[in-house]
Amino acid sequence: MNFPMPGKRFVIGVPYGWLLLFFFLPFLILLYISFVDMGGDISPFKPLWDPVSGVLHLKYENYLDIFRTEEGAPLFRTLYIDSYLRSIWYALLTAIFCLVIGYPFAYFIARSPASVRPALLLLVMLPFWTSFLLRVYAWKGLLADQGVINRFMMAIGITSEPIPMLYTNVSMLVGMTYVYLPFMILPLYANLVKMDFRLLEAAYDLGTTPFKAFWLVTVPLSKAGIIAGFMLVFIPCVGEFVIPSLLGGPENYMIGRVVWDEMFTANDWPKATALAVVMIAIIVIPLAFYYKYAGEQAEQR
Amino acid sequence: MNDSSGYLVTEKVVKRFDEALAVDEVSLSIRKGEIFALLGSSGCGKSTLLRMLAGFETPTSGRILLGGQDVAAVPPYERPVNMMFQSYALFPHLTVWENVAFGLKREGLPKAEVQQRTDEMLGLVQLTPFAKRKPHQLSGGQQQRVALARSLAKRPKLLLLDEPLGALDKKLREQTQFELVNIIEKVGVTCVMVTHDQEEAMTMASRIAIMSKGRVLQVGSPSEIYEHPVNRFVADFIGNVNLFEGKLSVDEPDRCAVESGIGQIHVGHGMPGTLNMPVAFAVRPEKIEISKQPPPPDAGPNVFKGKVKEIAYFGAHNTFIVQAANGQRVKITEANTSRHDLSDITWEDEVNFWWSTTAGVVLRD
Amino acid sequence: MKPFLEKHFGKLWLLVVFGFLYLPLAFMVLFSFNSTRTDARFTGFSMRWYEALLNDSKIVDGFFLSLKIAAVTGLLSAVLATFAAFVLVRYRRFLGRTVFSGMVNAPLVMPEVIIGLSLLLLFVGAQNLFGWPQRGMLTIVLGHTLLGMAYGMVVIQSRLLEMDRSIEEAAMDLGARPHQVFFLVTLPNIFQAILAAFLLAFTLSFDDVVITEFLSGPGVSTLPQVIFGYARRGINPTIYAAATILIVTVTVVVVAYAVWVARATRKREREMAAAIRG
Repeated sequence: MNFPMPGKRFVIGVPYGWLLLFFFLPFLILLYISFVDMGGDISPFKPLWDPVSGVLHLKYENYLDIFRTEEGAPLFRTLYIDSYLRSIWYALLTAIFCLVIGYPFAYFIARSPASVRPALLLLVMLPFWTSFLLRVYAWKGLLADQGVINRFMMAIGITSEPIPMLYTNVSMLVGMTYVYLPFMILPLYANLVKMDFRLLEAAYDLGTTPFKAFWLVTVPLSKAGIIAGFMLVFIPCVGEFVIPSLLGGPENYMIGRVVWDEMFTANDWPKATALAVVMIAIIVIPLAFYYKYAGEQAEQR
Repeated sequence: MNDSSGYLVTEKVVKRFDEALAVDEVSLSIRKGEIFALLGSSGCGKSTLLRMLAGFETPTSGRILLGGQDVAAVPPYERPVNMMFQSYALFPHLTVWENVAFGLKREGLPKAEVQQRTDEMLGLVQLTPFAKRKPHQLSGGQQQRVALARSLAKRPKLLLLDEPLGALDKKLREQTQFELVNIIEKVGVTCVMVTHDQEEAMTMASRIAIMSKGRVLQVGSPSEIYEHPVNRFVADFIGNVNLFEGKLSVDEPDRCAVESGIGQIHVGHGMPGTLNMPVAFAVRPEKIEISKQPPPPDAGPNVFKGKVKEIAYFGAHNTFIVQAANGQRVKITEANTSRHDLSDITWEDEVNFWWSTTAGVVLRD
Repeated sequence: MKPFLEKHFGKLWLLVVFGFLYLPLAFMVLFSFNSTRTDARFTGFSMRWYEALLNDSKIVDGFFLSLKIAAVTGLLSAVLATFAAFVLVRYRRFLGRTVFSGMVNAPLVMPEVIIGLSLLLLFVGAQNLFGWPQRGMLTIVLGHTLLGMAYGMVVIQSRLLEMDRSIEEAAMDLGARPHQVFFLVTLPNIFQAILAAFLLAFTLSFDDVVITEFLSGPGVSTLPQVIFGYARRGINPTIYAAATILIVTVTVVVVAYAVWVARATRKREREMAAAIRG
């Protein structure tokens, strides 16, 4: 429709205004606070710029402390850097596990008869609708030294002693893969279900084996879904807080927990915000990827 | 062409989308109560023009006058114009009755009047027993009747039809063509329809505008357009036609001749222009006679010879493709009630074909 | 064995992964009836944890608070998501469209820690400047709504794209002004999607931990906050009892909804077939 429609400003204005106020503005404040010099003052909101003398009080130390332990020490050797790297590593592993488990899963659902698919999808979504917190908590019980899984493994003879799984990499990764699996499955499914499987049949007709056809035809066509799903798992996983708290030990601290501790235990708000800003910088590129491929998905309608 | 005494008049209406020119200075004059068709293939601008009449697009320039008033800038919900959409666009969440009553309710009419007029409309399209059904509970033909009733309920000054028969299958289409026209004429509303289907336009409309690339090429009654196409495009667009390229060899006020590849063609009407200018002669296949025997004495001067290359039997008529001496293929159609014995014409036969001096037209462009 | 595996690989994979997905749920349901406070083995059947659950005032209060917050969040999110979806689907070109799209979609992927932290700073700042708002229910709702709006918009946007737009044009053609078109024609046809958006936002809010922890105030404890507190301290089968109730409720609701939708679809298809025939 090409004629001037009344009310357009209002309709755009409401959500835009809301987002500017509750999304954009907080980020600006975040950035601002990361440069503030607290110096024992309770309120973190101090002016950065002194209008009288015209001097800018930017405390770069908040950022520098992240990258070096003290003046003159080598860069990138702090505990902070360790937790960033660890977080990225965990997120990467989780995304990979989710992809490996989730792709075939989504594929088989997409291939199953149309009458069964809604039921299968419902079964996938059902755990998602029950509390994520509770499900993570359940893993605490399942993976305990005297827990069901260990007892089962001892009972059938895989091991004679309980394997410590809780508060280790194992419990972390199991928990995160478990929680984020639906986030990988759904975009993959959405993409695969729209795929024309006759393309595969054409490939078979031309002499390709099913295995090869899968890699040469199916996977490339589902590229947008794979990347969207990967980012949908990776990005939030970097900043995960609950799972490391419940299933991880002190050596598995992820950056989300570190920010929390700086904020509420050490009460160093500027440091916490600086850490958060660096976290944002890390996820900006994957975020851009996500926007690109999620948008592509939507356009494929 | 600019007769501004019409009821619906468009004056040099232009519509430009970014770089593309969809409608290029269209000026039409449509009389009150007539059924007017915009005919053309997709992309010719007819749908854009219709949408401008409805109000969903504003013209880049030009005026649209309805009953003397310029409505080009009036939004669709304030225009006394209603449209029947190609997909019917029935409201899926409302019953048939509520669909038809929708427009009346927007006018704020008293309940009793809404009830009475809606029932009247449903009666007109013979859907009264279906009033309580929802659109998905109706067949395609029934849905169309609801759409029609809904678009007539407000007694608009102008009714627009967007490919009215497009969604129906062939059998239903023939039946519906006449029903639609009957209802529209009974109500007496001025109607503009858009279609790419010649048959639809020729059967339903009293006048047709042929459109191509945003321009109107010719406006006239179905017979005018068919018998006297104004240029090659129109001649070729409507029905079938044989075109013989050549030069104007005789130029008199009441007759002329075209020197063409198959010979001299004598035409019984004058032609504005000069001697030797390039022209084309157009003659429809059904106007040509064909026979293995020599032509009768009253056949006239346009007699030619050729060899039969293709034959197609269509039941009601037969079509022959005859190759003339210069290689040009001529399409000839004969109804099965011809006084010539056709059953003996077969492939590779040498035949004579002829037509009268008033059978075709000379075209300049 | 090998041909069997190859042929049924798909079904086996589905089975194993579903097993993985449902293992924790089954575990909790089973052990909620355990007679002793242990995760190691099932010692006997007992309802004691359900009793404890109902008697635990922190849990019960938290439950009702979470319910209230989730209901308000759901409503607010559904409304905002409808606006946002409309804007993105209908208005192809306006100033700052990419920025808008980025902002709306970001909460889907952003770590909640960042959202919680930045909103906390906003509210503290506002409190310093205007003396309001106090951290509590309102701030939690605002934080949850950011999330709910993003998720809800995905659902509504999808439905808006599918919807046949010619019915809106038809409505305008018949005299309905744009706001009337929205309320009389568009809304009824996207209603199911808006409802789904509400439920989605409700669920996310009810279950949220991180944003809530950042934005809550003294004396305000939502159910997830209570559970999180318990969870860090050790095994508490009362939580399993809560989980079981939740699982049963969600299952009943979801299955009932699915059955209802299936019935309605079949009815509709029958009617359409009958119309074509008759």
